[in-house]
Amino acid sequence: MLDIFLGCLLIAAAIFNLIAAIGLLRLPDVYTRMHAASKAGTFGSGLMLVTIAIHAGEINIASRALAGVAFFLLTAPISAHLLARAAYVAGIEPWSGTVRDDLKGHYKDKQGHLSSDDD
Amino acid sequence: MNKIFLINVLLAFTWCAVQGSFTFINLIFGFLISSAALWLIREQFGTSKYFNRTWLIIGLIFLFLKELFLSVVRVAWLVLKPGQSYKPSFISYPLTVDSPHEITLLANLITLTPGTLSVDVSDDNKTLYIHCIDVEDVEALRKDIRDGFERKILEALR
Repeated sequence: MLDIFLGCLLIAAAIFNLIAAIGLLRLPDVYTRMHAASKAGTFGSGLMLVTIAIHAGEINIASRALAGVAFFLLTAPISAHLLARAAYVAGIEPWSGTVRDDLKGHYKDKQGHLSSDDD
Repeated sequence: MNKIFLINVLLAFTWCAVQGSFTFINLIFGFLISSAALWLIREQFGTSKYFNRTWLIIGLIFLFLKELFLSVVRVAWLVLKPGQSYKPSFISYPLTVDSPHEITLLANLITLTPGTLSVDVSDDNKTLYIHCIDVEDVEALRKDIRDGFERKILEALR
């Protein structure tokens, strides 16, 4: 019974990872693609590791799997942020459907020094 | 605050020493028993703030898990629905939190929640720039962050 439940969780996790991959191909620009990679990818991989932790039922395997989840949650947002920022500083244009750009003109130079909203 | 946590850990080790078994499970059990002991003396020795803060941090973790799940479902829908009818935008968000670790925590939480991705923080730590994949009302989104994550972080970490 537990095995069936864990199998379903594993399939759900794989589907989320598949959606993240499709999102990387389908979404229009680098900024929107980062959304798919950072959220669906993290969630899919994290869910897989949690499933493994439950399935193993041993503390030494479970603790390593849960440490993996913690590192995913810490690193995925940072890499998404760095990629989006590097793309903007390098001057990659957002998709033409972007409705509002508060960031425009706030980068002072190519080193990425960023001014605040009010100055 | 940290002192009480250390006392809690010390009591857990004491429990293991008295029991004569240093397994992981026994350590966890000792930790739970010693927190119960600290909770019993909360009026006399002022440990209630420690427990309040523990609850706030646990609340923050659950809020985060809920938002993460909602955000995954929303991104999955945006990826799979036919056509490209979403409205992405970059918005600025005036920060109330000001220390670097609070900004890091807030930026990470924002990235993992529905439709938002932190892009950069201004040099003076006053403005966070966020990319939203599909936003209708910018003011409502700012208000959501201010009354949701930012307030919880301020409550839990100060």
